[in-house]
Amino acid sequence: MSNSTLVAVVGNPNCGKSALFNALTGLRQKVANYPGATVERRAGPMLGNDEIELIDLPGTYSLTPRSPDEAVTRDVIRGEYHAEGKPQALLCVVDATNLEQHLRFIIELRSSGVPMVLALNMTDLAAREEIRIDAAKLAQKLGVPVIETVAVRKKGLTDLKAALDDVLANPEQSRIDFGTSVKDHQRAARKIAADVTLSEGIGHKTTRVLDGILLNRIAGPIILFGILFFMFQAVFSWAEAPMGWIEDGIAYLQTGLEGQLSEGWLLSFFNDGIIAGVGAVVVFLPQILILFAFILVLESSGYMARAAFLMDRLMASVGLNGRAFIPLLSSFACAIPGIMAARTISDPKDRLTTILIAPLMTCSARLPVYAVIIAAFIPNMPVWGGIGLQGLVMFILYLAGIVFALIVAAVMKRTITKGETQVFMLELPKYQPPHWRYVLVGLYERARIFLRRAGTMIMSATVILWILSTYPNPPVGATEPDITYSFVGIIGGWLEVIFAPIGFNWEISAALVPGMAAREVAVASLGTIYSLSGNEDMIAEGLVHTLNNAWSLPTAFSFLAWFVFAPQCLSTIAVAKRETGGWKWASFMVGYLFVLAYLASFVTYHLSSAILS
Amino acid sequence: MNVTTPMEKTLLESLGAMRPGTRGRIVHFEADTADGSQADLADRLREIGFAENLEVEVLHQSPFGRDPIAVRVGKMTIALRRKEANIVKVQLV
Repeated sequence: MSNSTLVAVVGNPNCGKSALFNALTGLRQKVANYPGATVERRAGPMLGNDEIELIDLPGTYSLTPRSPDEAVTRDVIRGEYHAEGKPQALLCVVDATNLEQHLRFIIELRSSGVPMVLALNMTDLAAREEIRIDAAKLAQKLGVPVIETVAVRKKGLTDLKAALDDVLANPEQSRIDFGTSVKDHQRAARKIAADVTLSEGIGHKTTRVLDGILLNRIAGPIILFGILFFMFQAVFSWAEAPMGWIEDGIAYLQTGLEGQLSEGWLLSFFNDGIIAGVGAVVVFLPQILILFAFILVLESSGYMARAAFLMDRLMASVGLNGRAFIPLLSSFACAIPGIMAARTISDPKDRLTTILIAPLMTCSARLPVYAVIIAAFIPNMPVWGGIGLQGLVMFILYLAGIVFALIVAAVMKRTITKGETQVFMLELPKYQPPHWRYVLVGLYERARIFLRRAGTMIMSATVILWILSTYPNPPVGATEPDITYSFVGIIGGWLEVIFAPIGFNWEISAALVPGMAAREVAVASLGTIYSLSGNEDMIAEGLVHTLNNAWSLPTAFSFLAWFVFAPQCLSTIAVAKRETGGWKWASFMVGYLFVLAYLASFVTYHLSSAILS
Repeated sequence: MNVTTPMEKTLLESLGAMRPGTRGRIVHFEADTADGSQADLADRLREIGFAENLEVEVLHQSPFGRDPIAVRVGKMTIALRRKEANIVKVQLV
């Protein structure tokens, strides 16, 4: 590390830095079409020359940071980032379709004295908009090498690498006086851009037309709502078939093992422990992938920034900023990147509030929990015109998460995170057809993470749970199922005292404990516990049917309400601690979520019991 | 110091007060620095892409309360709240 050459990739937000970084290093940094997709520094050796360590940085408009992610960029460029040295060169990136705006920051960077190479990126889009730029003249005006690139198609990389080598070998670049103020830099940038632009271009017509519809006063909010609604319908209806295949596969595996192994602890370990537990979670892979596909397509299309625009007013009414909507929508996938994305929010109090409410967004780990209960208790019937009741209930649960997040935010902004109303300023990028390669890479990454979790953490949790559910052995002449006499039965019995008022039996109470590690483990645990305590017929029908027989409707509703607030997984707590700088806010978050979960379940249980009886 | 004739002055409009569909040219930035809270705002507006002599057009406004607005500035579209947009003074065309 220490003897490699550092080259930092810098530029305005959303100009293609991460795409270029990926093309040059072969890594898979997240690429999306909205300002602020990259919030962290990430480094990797350059392909073909691992002497050079490239550093991908969050985009920023200037060296005066407005938010924590932008501060990282400034620190790295100045060589003030932890123990890391100052970069030997900068790989500056500009969007060729918006040269006069992006050049201003490049001119500011020129005054830092670090030698640079300029990548004139997105030249394919510029060509499509009939923009023509004289790259040689631009190089001459700026006094630095300029290379035309198309990062997403890996064009211009050879020239770019050659230019970098050249600059590193001869780091002296002529000093040009561009002035010092933002205004001076702006004037110089516009002058240069005007001089080197041969043809102004026709603008991006598609963007104008689409915005006319998607930001329309009436159609805009309806479409936003419709997209979210459709997303949850699709999560249910599209996943049905592949989930059936996985279920069949699991059942086949269990029957196969029954044929191979004799009845005994080994068979129980595999069938009741590992397969019932891990299988109960793995079956949700198709649903999670569909949800992610939607989010990835939205992120790469340019719509996210529009959603932030549409939501700003609503967010402002609870004291937040439209920008916070992007981290919150990302939290549908997982709260961790959502909490990280809050770095793009400039105000510390707004940022803290966004972090604290992020776990209320229904992350994909809660999907298995919701889905299993919905499948067990909500009939699969159409409500109206192709809309299924199950998808509708799922949508309502997601909506409940959002509504309560806004309420909690409103309360916090009036009490503990009180402050000035903050500035909302966001560039709305051009719409792009999603880059399918990035969507597929994103899905592959997600599937890998999910299956690895299932294979490691969830597997170990279920193994431990199986052991604790099997031992100690029941006394001679026991009448209840064996598990009742095990450690899990005993602990579950104690916890039941706490959870009985909200309708939870001892099985649920016991499953909540491993569920702290990750929410989907609660489902895996229920799979194992019921598999051990149930009769053979019930197991053959799967967890859904078991729960349908074992739980009352109010208990099921109460369980759903619990998981709307469910105190988040350990990794979320750890990230919240890191991002808020200590245990204080992380423990506050855990505490308030626990209290809300208990209260909500209590109300749900008693209300639905009263109504149903 | 901006020298404006009375005639031009009457045509200067704050960007934050403009309706969708109206267009103009940016004349200058006038931060309300009375409480100091906006001292940095003119620079922030410049950094994101506002500049003198650029053409601006209010494209959209939020369906809820007509705030924020989406503004075309040069080749970009920028969303911002009317309060901040008021710093930008525009000569209507």
